Amino acid sequence: MFVPGNNPGMMQDAFIYGPDSIMLDLEDSVTMAEKDTARLLVHNALKTIDYGNTEMVVRINPLNTPYGKKDIEAVVKAGVHVIRMPKTETAEEVVEVEREIERVEKEIGCLGRTQIMAAIESTLGVVNAYAIATASKRMMGIALGAEDYSANLKTQRSPEGMELLLARQTIVVAARAAGIDALDTVYSNLNDMETFRKEVELIKQLGFDGKSIINPRQIEVVNEVFAPKEKEIQKSLTILAAIKEAEQRGSGVIAVNGKMVDRPVVIRAQRTIDLAIASGIINKEDI
Amino acid sequence: MEIKNAIAGTLESGDILIQIAPASEAGLHIDLESTVAYQFGAQIKKVITETLTELGVDSADVKATDKGALDCTIRARVTAAAVRATGKDVWAD
Repeated sequence: MFVPGNNPGMMQDAFIYGPDSIMLDLEDSVTMAEKDTARLLVHNALKTIDYGNTEMVVRINPLNTPYGKKDIEAVVKAGVHVIRMPKTETAEEVVEVEREIERVEKEIGCLGRTQIMAAIESTLGVVNAYAIATASKRMMGIALGAEDYSANLKTQRSPEGMELLLARQTIVVAARAAGIDALDTVYSNLNDMETFRKEVELIKQLGFDGKSIINPRQIEVVNEVFAPKEKEIQKSLTILAAIKEAEQRGSGVIAVNGKMVDRPVVIRAQRTIDLAIASGIINKEDI
Repeated sequence: MEIKNAIAGTLESGDILIQIAPASEAGLHIDLESTVAYQFGAQIKKVITETLTELGVDSADVKATDKGALDCTIRARVTAAAVRATGKDVWAD
């Protein structure tokens, strides 16, 4: 969930709504005159506020602005989990950010702590998606930024999202090939929850791991769409139990309800259970 | 340390507005306005004083208008105002 980095009230309350991840923004939602104050707010909030198990992400300003390097220093020193790079177009940009992160981590003695997520927001970024996704061992995800991408494509966003299809699929494929997460863009019209739900259903079907949101009202819809259904969970638990038993017997191939269970089925079942745990439907201890 | 007039923060809920000016007489002088001054006034002044002292600002007139800010927000706003007042950033260039 995006939260403006210059709004202390929102920053201190955001985790109450239970998003998986909070992304404090130092880039587009902060005016140039307030970049210095927002950076200090985010630094102090990260150091002090107990966000529990929420993943903490900060979107920094690009390194080719006067703010990017200072943003990295401030958030790495505060122990941020993930730095989100805006408008990433090449693997070299990721390497430059990694170099800055390393410099600060060495200074404070925590080398390797900070992960990187890259937002792809242009046609060049989409073309280079796999190179970006594999540019650093710190890469944990790539995300689509659809507003800038649509403008770059010389079109505008439609409710159906046809103009984003190639970018979305390219990002999912690149992320899967790199073994990292694929995250979808925001949907800004808070008064049209029906179209929002359709978009979440679409991106789940395309293979995305999650969706960026701009308001706590959107959390419930994303969780509802991504949470596995009861029938899927029971089936997955049966498959995982059967494979565990087969492993103990030393058998490699099993059948559940008359159907052969091979590796992709097991991987899918494990993912269903992971999502059920993440959604709070089942407890890890109950398995 | 030489300082000039500077301001940081807002009057929105959960925030604090900090105004720093050259000291009219030596030392830190904090004028606090807060809806929670009775319960937390001493703590807010303590955070302001500690933050300024750590930054080497030991003489200034500070006007603080609090709207229920957490300690971390107070530290951030005081630091931002002090950096603007002194011209000395806390991050490397």
